[in-house]
Amino acid sequence: MDLRIINPGLMTTIQDLGRYGYAHLGVTPAGAADALALRVANLLLGNRENAAALEMTLLGATVEFQRAAIVVLTGAQVDCRLGNARAPMWRAFPVLPGAVLKCGAITGGARAYLAVQGGFELKAVMGSVATLGSAHFGGLEGRTLKAGDRLAVSHVVSSGVRRISRDALVYLAPRRELRITPGPQASWFGSEGLQLLQRGPYAVSGDSDRRGIRLRGEALTLPPKSQLVTEGISLGAMQVPPDGQPIILFVDQQTTGGYPKVANVIAADLRHVAQLRPRDEVHFRMVTVEEALELLREQEEWLQKAFD
Amino acid sequence: MRSEVQVSEGMRVIDASDSSILVVFGDEISRELNRRVIQLFHDLQKSDLQKSAGSPIRNLHPAYASLLIDFNPLLLPPAELRTRILELTEQSNTTSADTARRAIEIPVCYGGELGPDLPDVAQHTGFSPEEVIARHSSVEYTVYFIGFSPGFPYMGGLPESLATPRLETPRTSVPAGSVGIGGSQTGLYPMQWSGGWRLLGRTPMLMFDPEANQPSRLQPGDLVKFMPITRESFDAMVAGR
Repeated sequence: MDLRIINPGLMTTIQDLGRYGYAHLGVTPAGAADALALRVANLLLGNRENAAALEMTLLGATVEFQRAAIVVLTGAQVDCRLGNARAPMWRAFPVLPGAVLKCGAITGGARAYLAVQGGFELKAVMGSVATLGSAHFGGLEGRTLKAGDRLAVSHVVSSGVRRISRDALVYLAPRRELRITPGPQASWFGSEGLQLLQRGPYAVSGDSDRRGIRLRGEALTLPPKSQLVTEGISLGAMQVPPDGQPIILFVDQQTTGGYPKVANVIAADLRHVAQLRPRDEVHFRMVTVEEALELLREQEEWLQKAFD
Repeated sequence: MRSEVQVSEGMRVIDASDSSILVVFGDEISRELNRRVIQLFHDLQKSDLQKSAGSPIRNLHPAYASLLIDFNPLLLPPAELRTRILELTEQSNTTSADTARRAIEIPVCYGGELGPDLPDVAQHTGFSPEEVIARHSSVEYTVYFIGFSPGFPYMGGLPESLATPRLETPRTSVPAGSVGIGGSQTGLYPMQWSGGWRLLGRTPMLMFDPEANQPSRLQPGDLVKFMPITRESFDAMVAGR
């Protein structure tokens, strides 16, 4: 084995870009919460974009390399040490056999990614190695990593290390104003409800996880006797349970649900949802689907031009 | 600000997000509405929009009376997808959803330690435990859709006389294969999960296997019958799987 977990940190899982095509069987995609950070990590290493990496949450992992490797750290700022030296972020670096990479507190966001050149050798389940903890499959035995776990690095030929330009990094700054489009039941909340939602702020509750970001703020009012027949849920949907406090449904969410959805975070801002920490305050701003798609196009164009 | 198209009597196409479209056929639980959902689900599965890995449709979420389509809007603009949905629903041969249905028989060992709530259901419904088993296993159920958790079927067809409220305090762990009643619905837990349904029995059949080629034994639209088996058969089938 090539890599050993000495300390798993708070919650470290193996994630790729998710398991698609099985929602009709009740299987939610899972995958990296901050998909852009994972894609950049893989592009920096010359991996395919979908290669799996370690997703570390709030507190990083300590990892021992038994063989030489090229690694990269992306996502939220994480204080990592390689021996006595501080490990860089957003830049690939080599590690020697026996090296220990010690990742500490994650700041300025919630999740950081540790990727290796070649990716990890893991058995794909339904076409993906993403960990879906609630269903106990994917990743390593379908669970969060623990001390003593060992991982093998694939010997896939890399297309070579790349560098991200300094200017491009500006785009990765966190956002606390999330853009939304109306959800399927937006009209249930009236224009007053949608204004209330956009007035904010909403604070991120401590019981948030990969299934959903729970918010605390002005309660939204549901019309009396409103009942929804269970329907499919999209990624980033903002559902409103009877207490009126919205929940942003995220990568490990259920595939269907019965609460009304007032809005949906736009695809280009889902990476900012991934980086919300407990007690962070967020605002919401309604945009049109056309504006949302323009922002998504911008993100893809940024990715094409981000590398030197 | 929101884009919603009233297409035909009782069919609405709504932007659920910038990457998903919700096709709503109605607002109630009925076999007729669900038939239209399953029809569109099958038509989309067969179309070039979802056939291969690089196709624009990423996921389909059929439910009671609606279908959520998750797609990559950079590969297929929402307006184009809406047009395709209209074409498919207009051309659709409404009988094909029924011919595509599979009949699945699921063996169940009712009662005892595998079905600890059978006495409760008997007491609530006023039937003897034998009568509950006979009624539960004599009808054909329709899998309206699969949701909530991997492989979990939402089924229609439970005789009203068997409806029993859920447990007041859900169990933290329900064994895989458990068959139960929750309100006016019946279903089974394909994987070990938490849940509040009244457990009538358990199937030895592996209902969800993430490693298998076809991970879920049940598919949306399937017709299901439960077949009572003895504890001996249950044990033998578990040993043989």
